[in-house]
Amino acid sequence: MNKKESAGERLLNGIIVENPTFVLTLGMCPTLAVTTSAVNGLGMGLTTMAVLALSNLIISLLRNIIPDKVRIPAFIVIIASFVTIMQLLLEGFLPSLYESLGIYIPLIVVNCIILGRAEAYASKRPALLSLFDGIGMGLGFSLALTCIGAVRELLGAGEIFGVRIMPQSFVPISIFVMAPGAFFVLAALTAGMNAVKKAGEKRGRDMSRIRTGCDLDCSHCGQSAGCTKPEKEG
Amino acid sequence: MSGLHKVSSNPHVRARATTASIMGTVLIALLPAAAFGVYNFGPRAALLILISVASAVLTEYLFERLCKKKVTVGDLSAAVTGLLLALNLPVSAPWWIPILGSFFAIFVVKLLFGGLGQNFVNPALAGRCFLLISFPAIMTDFNCDAYAGATPLAAIKAGESVNVMDMILGRTAGTIGETSMIAIVLGACILILAGIIDLNVPGSYIVSFTVFAALFAALTGRTVNGPYLSAQLAGGGLMLGAFFMATDYVTRPITKKGQYVYGIFLGFMTAVFRIFGASAEGVSYAILLGNLLVPLIEKYTMPKCFGKGGERS
Repeated sequence: MNKKESAGERLLNGIIVENPTFVLTLGMCPTLAVTTSAVNGLGMGLTTMAVLALSNLIISLLRNIIPDKVRIPAFIVIIASFVTIMQLLLEGFLPSLYESLGIYIPLIVVNCIILGRAEAYASKRPALLSLFDGIGMGLGFSLALTCIGAVRELLGAGEIFGVRIMPQSFVPISIFVMAPGAFFVLAALTAGMNAVKKAGEKRGRDMSRIRTGCDLDCSHCGQSAGCTKPEKEG
Repeated sequence: MSGLHKVSSNPHVRARATTASIMGTVLIALLPAAAFGVYNFGPRAALLILISVASAVLTEYLFERLCKKKVTVGDLSAAVTGLLLALNLPVSAPWWIPILGSFFAIFVVKLLFGGLGQNFVNPALAGRCFLLISFPAIMTDFNCDAYAGATPLAAIKAGESVNVMDMILGRTAGTIGETSMIAIVLGACILILAGIIDLNVPGSYIVSFTVFAALFAALTGRTVNGPYLSAQLAGGGLMLGAFFMATDYVTRPITKKGQYVYGIFLGFMTAVFRIFGASAEGVSYAILLGNLLVPLIEKYTMPKCFGKGGERS
């Protein structure tokens, strides 16, 4: 990251440039599993965003205290605490969302976006930037999950956010609310994002900042510090 | 003699067969089954077949025009996919079912993976399973003007008796093209005589299915006798699947040993699905599953180059 980092830049980075779902393809388990409707996708995204922002903030504040050797367990403890808080809040105030997200709420602990941002960003940067990095990444994740959920709900049930969109004669294509549909929609939306990038390049705009799913190098990987693989595969 | 001394690079032996000629023969070989379907179920069957073939060809044509690629509808493979898909539909299906199925088969399964030769599963079967998962009620509704009630396989599963002669002739409920064993075998004979397919896959598939079906039926306490086994063989999509779908050049193993392994696996899985499964039919899923195993089967059955094999002491 050579360019100047600011709170706004971090937000944009998370939502578009390094969108965790369509660009980094991280956190695939909740992406594929809970996006059966737009509400579920949005709920999962916002829950993850809250955990991501708070854990980034705390980890960044504690970055000089946590010993390097036990940093991963320390991160997990911090993340798990926030996930537990979120889980209890959801159970108390949004019981229907809590029911439909089910096991995937505790599983936010092992969401690789959160651990990835902690390891790659928050453990090295000041607190405010880390907070906004978490919010940006969380917004990008929420946006992606809501989009996937909306498309799946539209095709698989004829509705978006529970509002009937398709005409009554539309027969729901139920495969889209089952597991295979998640893969179809994720692939189609990622391809759409790549197509937008390509079209922008054609018109001469500088799109090099927006990466696509497959052209990341080691410097974006949270594990690159401890990884023995050479940077460039020959 | 001097003519023999011409120097040229390989290939030295060429066959006249092209993709279009092979696919054209497959289309002709499918005609008896399609014609019987129309005779058996009425003009609506012809309409569904027409819609399915047209939308398959149109999908391929439009995709290739829009992506500025070479238009390959002339090789007839899209037409074969569309026809096979239609033969796997119940006659009561609404008109948009074949359109959606053909679109999925051609666009998602075939073209997105790189076109003919790159699809890792049979497009027609993938299209059918897409429809079967999405619209189970429509896809398993075999009631029509000519027949009411269960398909023969469902009747067998429920323990009722069936008329095996009707099943062999094809006078039963079912999908458009699967009912008549005679028409399908007639088409298969055309393919075999024309040298398009051999019996490696269908033979091992049918034999292994018979063995495993008898074994599993005996294990579950049914009486295994001649009529039961012939009904299992003549019923459902077994014949259509064995001769026209499992033999697909793209998605079957290329090694001879591998083709036997593949056929035996298909027979085993079909018997498992039919006898232990919740639904009466399992040919489609068995072949799709077999398609996915083809790279593995090929890896372990690839013959060794001359001089590379054997133990060295």
